[in-house]
This record gives sequence, C-alpha cells and structure tokens, in this order.
Amino acid sequence: MNLLLTRNLSKVALAALVVLLAGCQGGVLDPKGQIGVMEKELIITATILMLLVVVPVILMTLYFAWKYREGRGEAYEPKWSHSTKIETVVWVIPIIIIAILGVITYKSTHALNPYKPIESDEEPITVEVVSLNWKWLFIYPDLGIATVNELAFPANVPVNFRITSAGTMNSFFIPQLGSQIYSMAGMETKLHLIADEPGTFDGISANYSGHGFTGMKFEAIATPTREDFQEWVAGVKANGEALTTERYEALVEPTEYHPVEYFGTVKDGLFFDIIWEYMGDMGRIEFYGKPEYGAELPEGVILPQRERTVISHESEEASH
Amino acid sequence: MNLLGKLSWDAIPHDPIVLGTLAVVAVGGAALFVFMTLAKKWGWLWREWLTSVDHKRLGIMYIILALVMLVRGFADAIMMRTQLAVATNGSEGYLPPHHYDQIFTAHGVIMIIFMAMPFMIGLMNIIVPLQIGARDVAFPFLNNLSFWLAVSGALLVNISLGLGEFAMTGWVAYPPLSGLEFSPGTGVDYYIWALQISGIGTTLTGVNFLITVLKMRAPGMKLMDMPIFTWTCTWANVLIVASFPILTAALAMLTLDRYLDFHFFTNDLGGNSMMYINLFWAWGHPEVYILVLPAFGMFSEIVSTFSGKRLFGHKSMIYASGVISLLGFIVWLHHFFTMGSSANVNAFFGIMTMIIAIPTGVKLFNWLFTMYKGRIRMEVPMYWVIGFMITFSIGGMTGVLLAIPGADYVLHNSLFLIAHFHNTIIGGAVFGYLAGFAFWFPKAMGFHLDPKLGKVSFWCWFIGFFLAFMPLYVLGFMGMTRRLNHTDNPDWNVWLYIAALGAFVIAIGIGAFVLQLILGFKNKDKNLDKTGDPWNGHTLEWSLASPPQFYNFAKIPHVEDLDAFTDMKEKGTAYQRHASYEPIHMPSNTNAGPIMGLLATAMGFALIWHIWWLAGASFIGLIVAFICRAYASNTDYYVQPDEVARIENAHLDNVAKG
Repeated sequence: MNLLLTRNLSKVALAALVVLLAGCQGGVLDPKGQIGVMEKELIITATILMLLVVVPVILMTLYFAWKYREGRGEAYEPKWSHSTKIETVVWVIPIIIIAILGVITYKSTHALNPYKPIESDEEPITVEVVSLNWKWLFIYPDLGIATVNELAFPANVPVNFRITSAGTMNSFFIPQLGSQIYSMAGMETKLHLIADEPGTFDGISANYSGHGFTGMKFEAIATPTREDFQEWVAGVKANGEALTTERYEALVEPTEYHPVEYFGTVKDGLFFDIIWEYMGDMGRIEFYGKPEYGAELPEGVILPQRERTVISHESEEASH
Repeated sequence: MNLLGKLSWDAIPHDPIVLGTLAVVAVGGAALFVFMTLAKKWGWLWREWLTSVDHKRLGIMYIILALVMLVRGFADAIMMRTQLAVATNGSEGYLPPHHYDQIFTAHGVIMIIFMAMPFMIGLMNIIVPLQIGARDVAFPFLNNLSFWLAVSGALLVNISLGLGEFAMTGWVAYPPLSGLEFSPGTGVDYYIWALQISGIGTTLTGVNFLITVLKMRAPGMKLMDMPIFTWTCTWANVLIVASFPILTAALAMLTLDRYLDFHFFTNDLGGNSMMYINLFWAWGHPEVYILVLPAFGMFSEIVSTFSGKRLFGHKSMIYASGVISLLGFIVWLHHFFTMGSSANVNAFFGIMTMIIAIPTGVKLFNWLFTMYKGRIRMEVPMYWVIGFMITFSIGGMTGVLLAIPGADYVLHNSLFLIAHFHNTIIGGAVFGYLAGFAFWFPKAMGFHLDPKLGKVSFWCWFIGFFLAFMPLYVLGFMGMTRRLNHTDNPDWNVWLYIAALGAFVIAIGIGAFVLQLILGFKNKDKNLDKTGDPWNGHTLEWSLASPPQFYNFAKIPHVEDLDAFTDMKEKGTAYQRHASYEPIHMPSNTNAGPIMGLLATAMGFALIWHIWWLAGASFIGLIVAFICRAYASNTDYYVQPDEVARIENAHLDNVAKG
C-alpha cells in the first residue's frame, strides 16, 4: 500500500513539476539559447533523481508517525536501536544517488564551463561588458562601437563576453540565455552564450551592488540575421557620439535607471584601460610601468588573459 | 578634535517608520523601567540574573535575547515582503532603497547572528552540562562574559536604528561595496563591530563547551556515550573554534581597510575583494552547520523520547555529524561558482557539497527508524520533528540542486537560493530550536505551556513557511533575483502576494507562541512540573528537579548506559535518597561580565563614530576589568551538606507525591 502511494505521489509531483515549468514564461525554465537549454535539462534530471529519495522519505515520515502512534497497539520494541542491514541500506542508497549525481556534475560542469567557447560554424561576436554604478556598458571592440543598457547580437551566432567592473561587483545575467558570471574590478571574467532564436530578452545584474541596483537592467536583442544586426550597428554608428576617455569618465558617475545610449566610436583599448586602472598598481607597475595597449610585455608581467590579436594604438605614458 | 567624533544631530533618521519604531521602543522601555523601579526589582535582577554564572540562567537569558531579536528580525522580514507585494508593476512601494537595503542587511545579520546563534547557544547552555552530569561549565565566568558580548553586539545593531544607519551591503558585506569608497557612512562600521564583538563571545563559548565535555563528564560516561544532543553541540563547538577566528580575521582586515587606509579588499592598490569573499564563506559555510547540527541533536532527543525508544544508530549519528562538520570546511566555494573558477575547481566543490547529503540522508533515515516500532506520543515537540523532516527533505534537495555548478549558473542569487536557505535554516534550525524550546521548557522553567497554543503556533509556522517560500522557488525559476527593491513583471505578482500572505501566517504563529508564554506565566502554578521528568526522558537532565537545583547534581551520578536516566529508572536507582552529602563547590556570581559587556559596547560605539577618546578609555577599562577579575580571590563558595539535604529531600518528596 505504501509502495502504491509512493508511486502515485511521485506521479503527482512530476505532473506538478511539469505544470510549474510550463508556467514559467521568460525565466530560466523558458530558455532561448543552447546553454540555457542544457541547464534546464540538468535541473530537471537532477530534481527527478533526488525525488526518488525525497518522496519516499516524506511519505515514510507520515506513515511511520501514523502507524506507530500510541494507542494503535502496533509492535513496540523500546530497545531496538541497531540493525546492520538497515544501516548499510541507509548509507548505500544516498551514496548511489550522489555517485550518479557526482558524475553528472563533473560532466555538466565541464560542458557548461562559462569560459568554454561555443562550437559553431559561425564567426563569434565579441562584446566587452563593463558594469558601472548602476548601468551596463557594452563595447564591441571589433566594430568600434559601444552602447549602454542595450545589447544586440545575431541569433545563432556565438557571443564571447569579456566582463569587468569599474566599481562594485555585479553579475552579468541574461536568464533566458543561461549562465551568469560576476563582474569584478581589475579582473576579467568570460562568458560564452548563444541565442537559438531571435527575440528581446531581459538582462539583469544578479549581484546586489548598492543603491541603484534594482534599475540595473538592460535589453538583450537577438536579431534574426547578421544583416539585421549590421543594420543595428549602422544605427548606433549614425546616432552615437564618441566614447572618449573624458566621456567615459562622465559615464562612470553613479546614475540610476540610465537610459539607453549609443556611441558611434570608442577609444581603442578602453576595456583594457578600465582593467588596468586597478591592475596598474598591483606592485608590478613600479618596476615596469603600465604596458602599452598591444605592446610587447616586459618579462614577468602577467596580463589578464587576452586572446584577441593586437591592434595598434597610441601609446600612453606609464602612469607612475 | 571633536569630542563626539562624527556624531551629530544629523545622525538621527527622519524616516517616519524609524521614528515610529523608536517611539514605541522608548515608551516600552520607559514602562519597563517604571515597573522595575516600582517593584524594586533592579537589585534582584542584577544579583540573581545579570551577574549570574549559572549556565541555566545564562541559557534562559540567551533565549530571551534570541526571542527579542526574532521579533526585530521578523519585523524586517514582514516589511520586505509587504514592500515587494505592493511595489509591483513599476510602483516604488513604501520603502526607498536607502531604507530597504538596510532592512534586508539587518534581517540577515539579526536572524543568523543575534537570533539563531543565541537560541542555539541558550539551549546548549541549559542542557549540555545537565546531560553530562556536570555542575556547571568549565569556565563559568567566561560563559557569563560570552553572553554579555553577544548582548553588546545586539545592542550595537539596535542602536544603529536610531543613530546613523545600518549597512546597506547585504548581510555578507562584500567589498568593494562595503569598502570606504562605496559605503562611506557608519552602517558597515556598525556591522563590523557588532559581528566582531559578538563573534569573540561565540569563540569563547566554543572553547568553554569543548573543555566542558572533554573534562567534566560524569564518571562512566565515555565520549561515545554522550547523549546525541551533547554530541552535535560538540561538533558545532569544534566548528565554532575552527571557523570563527576566520571571521574575526576577515572583519579585522575590512576594519583596517576602512579605518587605516589599508588595501586588503579594495579595488585599487593591490587589493582583492575575492579574498574577503573566500574568507567570509570559509566561516559562513561552517556557520550554517553550527546552527543546524545542534538542531539535529534536538530532533534526535525528541524523536527517541516521544517514540519511547532508544535512538536508532547512535554511533552512526555521531559519525554522520562528524562527516558533516569536516566536509563543511571544504565546500565554501559553492557560494560563488559564478566567480569564474575553472570547471575542475567548481566540479570539486560541487561534488564535495553533495556528498554532505549522504550523512544528512542517513540522519533522516535514523530518525525514521527510531519511530519504527516505537510508541509515538504526539506532543508539541513531536509536531515540530515531523514538520521538520518534511520541510528539510525539500530544502536538502534544492541544496543539492544548487550544488551542481551548471544549475547554480542560472539559480545563483535568485529567489530560488533565498527559498533554499530559508527552507534549511527555518525548516532545519529554527524548527529545531522551537522543538527544543517546547521539549525543555518545563525542565528549565518548572512548568508546562499550553499544548493547544503550541500546536496552533506549529501549524501557522508550518503552513506559513510553505506559503512564504514555495513561491520564491517559482520566482527564482522565473528569473527574479534577490535584493530587488521593486519589480515590474506582471507574471511575478501573484507569487509575491502569496509569499507576503505566508509571512502574515507566520506572524500569527509567533503571536500564538508569545500568547502561550504570557498565559504560561500567568497560570504557572496550575501547570507545575513536580517530578522533573514530564516526558519520561532518557538522559540525565530529566533526573533533576524542574527547574534543576542551582548545583545541578547533589551527587555526581555514575553513568552505566547510553540512556543513562532510563537505565537508572529500570534498575531502580533513580530518585535515591542519600543519608549524607558532601559540600558542593560552586562559582560565585560576578559583576565583571556585565561591566565588560558594557565597556565593549561603549568601545564599539566609539569606534563606529570615531570618538577616539572614548574608544581608548573603554578599551583600557576592558583590560583593567579583566585584570581585576583575574586577580579576584572571592570567586567561589561551598554549599553546605545540610542545605543540599534540605533541597534534595524537598524534591524527592515532590517526586514521591507524583
């Protein structure tokens, strides 16, 4: 009877889960990109696997509490407190479940490693993301444009994000596309995402960063084709001002609910400069000076990993 | 130099909600003051309670502190839930970020550090020495001092309500946000000194109770024979001693950053905030096991007592708790899988985390098999146990889910995470403390509480919990992140409303609990526990009167079984009258604890407001007070055999009358 109940209840639980999942419009269970889809599947697999233990435990709790209640006259063995058989079973069952989950964890963690480029025939797009108080700056180094609080890329094209912060720590997150990664000043983190279909997705900061945090949202637009994306780029170029060092410094000033902004040109190596604003004096600068953007590095200087080929750029004086 | 440092009239907030709260506190405080003065109770309070080194009285005072702070922390919770229920569709709600950000920070700090910790330490104080057949803890004065340091921290948090502000960083206070650059106000300083002062008290408690169980067990009680609650507390104390110094060090470095222009965690000049985040969780993760392991011990005691059975797998339980404690130290990185560690690092910490589910699962099965072939009496504590086993199974499951880095990449920092840790901390730790409270209340206070109200309270907490937190799981899946001040997504609204409703149902549960206490004290004489063994208990605390004699044991018992008191009852050696007693050596009460607590508060306050002369003076005062105490000679006394005989005979007469 207990078994039957277990079976029925797990069916109900499964049905409830499906209803719940179907009801989640626009969240992480409604993914629109390959990474997000894999993560959703991972969540469902792991949950079902764990329900295999959790549902029986809950049912047994209720059943035992009812069956052995005082006054029902069931068997009573006050000194019975050890059974090697039962002890073995209660250790082995969780071990098996966790062993399976462990293998799944190892494999999925490698498959979903945010630093791993997405395999695709399409040439990826690179976006440099800077979290500012409290807005997102997106720099397209290969296109020489930048935007604030609006991100666009073609659907079905991998996007390589390089992420840093010019202030507090944030987390760069587009829930419907999958993984998030922290943005931290003086450091570069990476994230690789792809949209499987065109659409406009909510982008947020998923790490509280102070007063204006709630308004730190952006729109991520996956255009249907590369041509549509080029059109968007042309629009930015046509309408945007230049993002110079001075303009950037004005942008860094804290603002809340910052409107979307377009910049038609960007100072070369701005992202590099932002990281080096903090990295610059980690002790090495006194010895070597700030390396020029794109220059050969002196021996012993380790830069944030950069795979991009160097672009020539007017040198600046070492900052010390 | 300004004599008052940064303190000025501007420090008093102008927010009507805060001013209203302050007015209520002022009126309540004045009423209490007048009452105490009219009833001439100040001297009694000072001599009998505030200066007491009796572990049972300190335990009761810890629990009073916990309950007061529970009300404060819950007020924060209900404000957040109502804010999020009204601030939908782009509406701003009634709490602007400046206030709201302080509230969620204070809620976290208060509930973990000043509600859960004192509640756990309070129950441990009352019960552990009794369970091992000891007359007090190893260092009674230190115990008193620990309590006052906890009060000192709690005071600072509450002062921040009326003077200045509290931190607006979240309870983790991650730099660079908590650094001087982004948090120039006094909020983070309140946070630092409140945690630092109370944290030192906690470390001292850990040391104290470890020595107590190692050196002061009754003859015959081997380590593996210690009752399971004492064992889980012991593991928790191992964790306290090993992890709290990490918090102390991390906070000290943050202090140096903020006060002396150091750069441990700043963005520039070589600082690195990742170090703080690692250190914080190297303490923070063991901390959650410090909270939950003693609760597991309480459930074990309760389930075996009310099933009328020995605990199933006592040894297995001890080892399981030990494994949890050890693993608790090598999982901290799962709090930030999204920081960009390599796949191997993330996978390692993920798998280590889920391995913890194995010993935890074993515990659940052991409780199940303790009920199996038992004779279960469904008293209030047992309701909490059943409620816990159901709730915690779900919380454990979502925890394992979050331990998978691939899942965490989308669920991290979302309301799913909030639902998960409330599911384990409320459904695990808090349900445990409330179970332990109901279980040991007659022992500590000497009378029973109304079980009907106890059950009302349980059902409200239980149902309210599911209403308040299951919607947060859904919202997490829907992409809602934590610490948002308001929302603008119509799909989320209904879930936010249900969650707010749940908070109000829990409020009724707290109301029933308070009413239970008020009526309990009012009808105390009708509900006295005369035998000292109301539940047919297994362990030594039930062999004493309720409340226990101040010296605990007239004669130190000889322990011959795991369930020492059951064994005595079976052999007929319980409740023995002795012809003669030895004099009992007892520690005297001391003024040093409350005075040092007060000085620590003054020092913390002065450091927060940069009142350097006061900081220096109170620090010197602390040292002087400590030296005076160290050289005090009048620190103990003997209870004479005739007095012991009189007290013991009175109790045994009561037992005989039934």
